[in-house]
Amino acid sequence: MRFVDEFRDAELGRAVAMEILSLVEPGRQYKLMEVCGGHTHSIYKYGIDDLLPANVELVHGPGCPVCEIPMGRVDDGIAIAHTDGVIFTCFGDMMRVPGSDGSLLDAKAAGGDIRMVYSPLDALRIAKQNPDREVVFFAIGFETTAPSTALTLKRARAEGLKNFSVMCSHVTIVPPLRALLESPDLRLDGFIGPGHVSTVVGARPFQFIPADYGKPVVIAGFEPLDILQAIEMILRQLAGGRCDVENQYKRVVPFEGNLRALEVMAEVFELRPHFEWRGLGFISHSGLKLSDAYADLDAEVRFSVPGVRVADPKACQCGEVLKGVIKPWECKVFGTGCTPERPIGTCMVSSEGACAAYYNFGRFAREREVV
Amino acid sequence: MSPDPAAVSEREQKILGIIETARAKRAKFRDKRINMAHGAGGKATQSLIEGLLAPAFASDALNELADAATITTGDVELAFTTDSYVVKPMRFPGGSIGELAVNGTVNDLAVSGARPVALSLSLILEEGLGADELRAEIDAIAGAARAAGVAIATGDTKVVERGHADGMYICTTGVGRRDGRASLSPAGLRPGDRILLSGPVGEHGTAIMLARGEFELDAEIESDTCSLWPVVDALLGAAGADLHCMRDATRGGVASVLNELARAAATSMIVNEASVPIAPVVHAAAELLGIDPMYVANEGRLVAFVAPQRSDAALVALRATPGCEQAALIGEVRREPPGMVIVETSFGGRRVMDQLVGDPLPRIC
Repeated sequence: MRFVDEFRDAELGRAVAMEILSLVEPGRQYKLMEVCGGHTHSIYKYGIDDLLPANVELVHGPGCPVCEIPMGRVDDGIAIAHTDGVIFTCFGDMMRVPGSDGSLLDAKAAGGDIRMVYSPLDALRIAKQNPDREVVFFAIGFETTAPSTALTLKRARAEGLKNFSVMCSHVTIVPPLRALLESPDLRLDGFIGPGHVSTVVGARPFQFIPADYGKPVVIAGFEPLDILQAIEMILRQLAGGRCDVENQYKRVVPFEGNLRALEVMAEVFELRPHFEWRGLGFISHSGLKLSDAYADLDAEVRFSVPGVRVADPKACQCGEVLKGVIKPWECKVFGTGCTPERPIGTCMVSSEGACAAYYNFGRFAREREVV
Repeated sequence: MSPDPAAVSEREQKILGIIETARAKRAKFRDKRINMAHGAGGKATQSLIEGLLAPAFASDALNELADAATITTGDVELAFTTDSYVVKPMRFPGGSIGELAVNGTVNDLAVSGARPVALSLSLILEEGLGADELRAEIDAIAGAARAAGVAIATGDTKVVERGHADGMYICTTGVGRRDGRASLSPAGLRPGDRILLSGPVGEHGTAIMLARGEFELDAEIESDTCSLWPVVDALLGAAGADLHCMRDATRGGVASVLNELARAAATSMIVNEASVPIAPVVHAAAELLGIDPMYVANEGRLVAFVAPQRSDAALVALRATPGCEQAALIGEVRREPPGMVIVETSFGGRRVMDQLVGDPLPRIC
C-alpha cells in the first residue's frame, strides 16, 4: 500500500536504529513514554524494541481509550443496555471491559441488545432504522474520537432524531499528562507525543511539558519508522541538552491542530469538573460531557444510571502500569489472574493496552545488545 | 539508582515461565453463558472443547482434537468428520453456504490425509425461504460434491419458524479413506520442519465481511472456497512420508492453526511475516479495520509441515496445482519456546502471534 509501506521499510529502520545507537550515552538509562496506545500497539506489533539499544526503555503511557474507563462507568453502560427497548452501541474493544459484574459482552449474552459499531454515525443509522427503539452510543476516547461524536450529535439534532442519545465518556489528554508529571514516583526522560490526538489539538497544548517540566516531546505517527524516528529526535534533543515540542508527524499534524474540529467540540461538549480515571483516580477537568444545549441527547440525563463509584479490584495494578511505574509483567496478576480472555484490569482488554500488547505480542525471551 | 537490568530480565523470564506453564494446562470452561467468542475458534472455543466436551465424552479419537477422527473397523481405516455452516449472508462473492458445506467438510478429511468418499447432508430451513434460493443452494451443493468427487449419501431436512436460521443452516458429515503415503498428526511435527502455505490468506473472511455491507467498503475480492483434495494429493505425491502434518486454515485463520499445532506438539513456530502471500485488497481492508489477516478465515488454504529435505519439492508441487500458484514457504518449526508462535516482522523485529481472544468477524462459515 502506497504511503504506508514506505514507513515500514526495514532498511530505513536499520539506518535510524544506527543513528539512535550513536546518540545514546553508554551507561545512561533512558526512559521514554509513548503517550498513545496506538504507539504501544505498533511498538509491539513490529517488534520495535528489538531495534533499540537495551538502555533505551519504552514506558507505555495512559493514552489507550478503553484503559481509562473505570468499572462504575461500565456498570452504568450495562444498566442502560438492560433498559427495555434500548439498543446499546459501542466500539468493539469496549465490549470486553470488565464492570463489577461482567462486561458488555456478558450483558449481550444475557439478552441485552448490544451492538458493535465502527463509528458513532453507524449508531445514528441504527437509530434511524429503529424509530421505535432508544439507541444509545457509548462514546469513549480522547480528542481523536470526540469530534466524530460531536458531529454525530449535531447531525442527530439537525435531523430531529428523538431516539438517539450519547453516554459521553470522552476524555482529554493534557490533564492526565500533567497528573503523571506531578507524580513523585515517575522518572521519564521524554515523551513520544500522541499523533492522532495532535491532528485535532495540534502541538501547542504540549508546550507545558518542556516549559514546566523540562522534558522533550516529539509528536509521532504510527508506522514503525515514525516511532523510531521520534525516538531518535528525542535522543538528539537530550544529547544536545535541549527540550522542545517537535513534530515528526508533519504530514498529518498541523501545529495549530484542526480548528474546525475544536470548534465543533467546544459547541457540543463542556468540561466536567472532574472525571474518574481507572487507576489514576479523579483528575480535574479531564472529562467531557454534553453541553447544556445538547443535554436532551445525553444518555445520562435520559436514563437512570447507578452512577456508583466502584473501587478497582485490589489485585489490579493498572494505575501503576498506566503511570509507567511498573511494567505490565510486574503486576501481581499479570498473565495468571488477568489475561486478555479474562481481564481484571482494563490494560489487558484493548490491543492498545500496555498489558494486552505485552501479553499478546511481547511475551518471550529477548536477548538484546547492551550498550 | 535503577535496578540491575540482568536481575530484572531474570525476574521477567521467571514470570513468563509461570505464565507459559499456566497456558499449557488444559483450558477450563468457566463462563456463565455462551457468547459469540465461543464460536470464533480462539481461546474461548478451546475452553469449550477442552473444558467441557472432550472430558464429557472421554473418547480417544476425540481427545486428539484433529480435523477428522480415525475409525478403524477390521482392516479398514476411515477418516470421519462433521461440521455445521451458519454463514451470513448465505451467498457471497466466490461462493455460497452450499459450496462451503461441501468443501469445508471435504477439506477436514483431505488435510487429515484421507480421500473424501461420501457426505451426509442435514438442512435446517427457515419458514418462508424462497424455493429459488433453496434450489440455488442445492445446485451449489451438487456442483461442489461433483467437483470434489464425493457422493451425498444420506441426509435430513428440518424446518424452523420464521426468524430462526437466517434462511438456512447446513450440517454435513464426511467419511474418507486414509491415504497410505503419509501418516499425519501434530505428534509428527519435528523441529526443522518447513511451514508451507498453499496461497494468499484472508480472502474468504474478507469477502464475507464486505458482502455484509457493514463497513461501506467495496472491493473486488472473492472467497477462496474449494476442495483441497487435489492440493493434498500433490503434496502427498511430492513429499510422501516427509509430509508430517497439515491443517486447513479456516476459522481463526493461519495464526490459529499454527498456535493449535505449536501447543499440541509442544514445539515453537517461527513465521517470516514478509513471506506470507496476501492480496493487496485483503491487506488494505484488514489495515482499515485493524484486523490481522493472519487471523482471517480461509476456506481453500492449507498449511503443511514438511521435513526440510523434501520441502522444496513439496513447494514446487504445490505451485503446480491450480489455485496454489502463490504458495509460499512461510516459516519453520523450532524447539524453543514450546507452544509459542513467533513472527519475524517485516520491519526487523520479533513478536508473539498468539491465539485469538475476541471475535473480529462472527459467523464467517
